[in-house]
Amino acid sequence: MKNKLSSGPYLVWMTLFTVVPLVIVVYYAFTDSVTGRFTLGNVETVKNYIPIFLRSVWLALVSSLICLLLGYPVAWRIAQAGPKSQRLLYMLVMLPMCISFLLRTLAWVALLEDTGIINGFFIKLGLPPLPLIRTNGAVILGMVYNYLPYMIMPLYTVIMKIDRRLIEAAQDLGCGGAQVFAKVTLPLSVPGIISGVTMVFVPAVSTFYISQKLGNTGTTLIGDVIESQFKTAYNPNLGAALSLVLMIIVLACTALMNRFSGDDESVATV
Amino acid sequence: MKKTSSVFTVVIFAFLYVPMIVLAVASFNTGTDISVFKSFTLNNYRELLRDNVLLPLLLNSVIVAVISSLFATVLGTAAALGIHSMGGRMRRMTMALTNIPLTNPEIVTGISLALVFVFVGQVMKIKSVMGFVTLLIAHITFNLPYVILSVLPKLRQMDDHLSEAAMDLGCTPSQAFFKVVLPEIMPGVISGALMAFTMSLDDFVISYFVYGPGFVTLPVEIYNYTKKPLQPKIYALFTFMFIIILLAMIIMNILQARDSRRGSRSLRRRSTNA
Repeated sequence: MKNKLSSGPYLVWMTLFTVVPLVIVVYYAFTDSVTGRFTLGNVETVKNYIPIFLRSVWLALVSSLICLLLGYPVAWRIAQAGPKSQRLLYMLVMLPMCISFLLRTLAWVALLEDTGIINGFFIKLGLPPLPLIRTNGAVILGMVYNYLPYMIMPLYTVIMKIDRRLIEAAQDLGCGGAQVFAKVTLPLSVPGIISGVTMVFVPAVSTFYISQKLGNTGTTLIGDVIESQFKTAYNPNLGAALSLVLMIIVLACTALMNRFSGDDESVATV
Repeated sequence: MKKTSSVFTVVIFAFLYVPMIVLAVASFNTGTDISVFKSFTLNNYRELLRDNVLLPLLLNSVIVAVISSLFATVLGTAAALGIHSMGGRMRRMTMALTNIPLTNPEIVTGISLALVFVFVGQVMKIKSVMGFVTLLIAHITFNLPYVILSVLPKLRQMDDHLSEAAMDLGCTPSQAFFKVVLPEIMPGVISGALMAFTMSLDDFVISYFVYGPGFVTLPVEIYNYTKKPLQPKIYALFTFMFIIILLAMIIMNILQARDSRRGSRSLRRRSTNA
């Protein structure tokens, strides 16, 4: 009974530093940057950024889908390995995430540049260099690279938990390999797919570094716009309004996906 | 099917590690251009030892990571105990609160905290509010959910009667906690703390909005650097950190292996007793 009290300090902390900040974002979004009075101006200005919002959502969705297609076979393969190599492989998936993603993105810049490593190879082979960097493709590559581990982790956790006897039962009842996958393995992996897609989509839709380094002015994302409102253009009220819309988009997407899963405690953890 | 997926897995792992190799190679390069390898040198590492810009920043990052992860571990473990004994609605509400920093985009967490700090700064008439304290508060806030989500499953695995038994045998509630409950959930506490530490050490997005010029962490400085050409000693520092993190992960791995072995042994004991 009295145990409940031990989460008191936590609840106070989270109220002060997550709930209150969100209220303040709403407050800033609806006040004028000069007069400090209530206004709908910021929210109206958001309309001008609809193409950028659409582009961010589109690139993030494409990246999530690619991550799913690349991550699923890897997660499946890791789950098939022996217990010891499973742990090792899992660690190898996590390891790149512990290194500054800024530097890893810079390494991609070095690889993709017009005078970079990949084009250097092309020139040596006598092929014409390709315009790799400053394209939508480069931004998607950056997103896929940075967030692929977030896809593999939940997929692996879910696939590993699938009862092998279910697969054997399906085989006994006459299912072929493809049918077992379509009728047993895939449906049972849905919770992992949902949390994986969420974990890739949310950081991808709000990123600002990847698009700055690998994209061009035509691939400005909503994260870039928000960042500039706080760091260069200094219009925090517009920045708050944009963040509010971004937050609503993300909440809508995660709510939509969570309708398929349900359990709220098994998601983000390993 | 297994063979094709093995080949595919190797390709994906190569993809994940290509940028690491690029950075590691660059750390032994005499040239300053990361894309052109001139010749081998250890100079970047020597420079790093004499360095008095990057290392203090790394120290700053470590200080924030250590304090914030320790604080979050204590607060989060206490919270997990509370959540574990909650029922129904209260529990759902607390978990929803815990999920806010996890589901919100980092940039939103960063700017929302920044706005609060600026707001409080204006009210209290503090001129430059951003600094060590704001950075620490932000890091504790995003670390807490990781601790809670790794302690809660351990509490669920634990037999709730254990602490009652300890108290029946004469332990005070706090003795029961430190002698029975804590050792039982320790693997979860440790992995939560380590996760919080690494998250905090590498955090850029949130730190970027709440740091002050008086206290800069390494990732923030790397970002500010990347607008100018990078000094190659930064690659040396990265390669060095990569090795440290690799070691930390191996230790974590061994701890987990021991935990799972102990788990299966006690399970066996339980089933033979039954």
